[in-house]
Amino acid sequence: MAGFWAFFAAFFLVLGLPARAEDGDTTITIKGDKFLPDEVRIPADRKVKLTVRNLDAAPSEFESSDFHREKIVAPGGEITVFVGPLDAGTYEFFDDFHPEDRGHLVVK
Amino acid sequence: MLAMLVIVFREVLEAALVVGIVMAATRGVPRRGWWIAAGCVAGAMGAVIVAGFAGAIASALEGVGQELFNAAILMTAVCMLGWHIIWMGRHGREIAADATRIGREVLSGSRSLYAISAVCGIAVLREGSEVVLFLYGIAAAGGTGGADLMIGGALGLLAGAAVGIALYYGLLAIPLRHLFGVTSWLILLLAAGMASQGAAFLAAANLLPSLGNSIWNTSQILSDRSLMGQLLHVLIGYTARPAGIQLVFYGATLLVIGLGMRTLGRDPVRSGIGRTTAGQSTP
Repeated sequence: MAGFWAFFAAFFLVLGLPARAEDGDTTITIKGDKFLPDEVRIPADRKVKLTVRNLDAAPSEFESSDFHREKIVAPGGEITVFVGPLDAGTYEFFDDFHPEDRGHLVVK
Repeated sequence: MLAMLVIVFREVLEAALVVGIVMAATRGVPRRGWWIAAGCVAGAMGAVIVAGFAGAIASALEGVGQELFNAAILMTAVCMLGWHIIWMGRHGREIAADATRIGREVLSGSRSLYAISAVCGIAVLREGSEVVLFLYGIAAAGGTGGADLMIGGALGLLAGAAVGIALYYGLLAIPLRHLFGVTSWLILLLAAGMASQGAAFLAAANLLPSLGNSIWNTSQILSDRSLMGQLLHVLIGYTARPAGIQLVFYGATLLVIGLGMRTLGRDPVRSGIGRTTAGQSTP
């Protein structure tokens, strides 16, 4: 049942996410131990701002060994992470407190 | 339960390795057990406090509070480790040479224990606050299998501590006359690795340029998240995709502390009048 509601919420979150592909600034939501979206496209060779919002009741840690970021996101809180400029490629990020929860930054 | 065990194990491992090395490095220094234990206890209490204020720390200083906090405590640990090895370079050989004669000097020189105690505290604080937050998350999620998860956490803690203890006894197997040489090198690499981590946080806070995101990429060969990758990350600062600034800090730390070891640390021994100078320095 919880899975259903997570999916339900996730579905509307996807619909509700503003398209901001142009400047690359993106908001990533953590809900039901999942990143949403779990694939983020950003432009190469420039700095972009990622906002990570945690809608769960448990803390998360937004982490990436590929682009060297490690930041705790309190329950119901949000953090800002500046990344880049990065070379083109795919970079993994994950939630250190829920390691099966991972996503990718696709830099083009 | 297994997932819980693995996560807590990973966090505890880092602190346990640091404490294991530091314990071996201070072999023969009176009351070092008390100092190190005090550091760990203070670190554990600090961990709970830091975890409680995690949200506030994250949003402090225009959103880069967490990065600056991490960078600050890592750089503090680097300085403390540096101070310790330079001090140990001065006195370690004397401890190895004659444990009783220099007892008084070591006592007066056991100021270095403040530094070592602080390093243990910082290691426990950093990793401990993550464990506390993680456990809080489990508790917050509540309900089914909570006890099971807590058992997993406790086992993870024990497993992590066991690795630290194994490292300690492994190091003790080294003959005393070589022990401080080996531990000095281990601590030097530990410090360089922490400096590189600290540099990554400063770059994340936008205070330093990253000077290239990945100077090389060995994540296919040895991933940061594999157990071996993580062990090497703690011990020698291994990173599969290091940023340029991390390499700069790594190299600079090796250089500065290494020079300190040579010029400040070894003078009494190298000049061949070690006993006299050591005696004069602590009347």
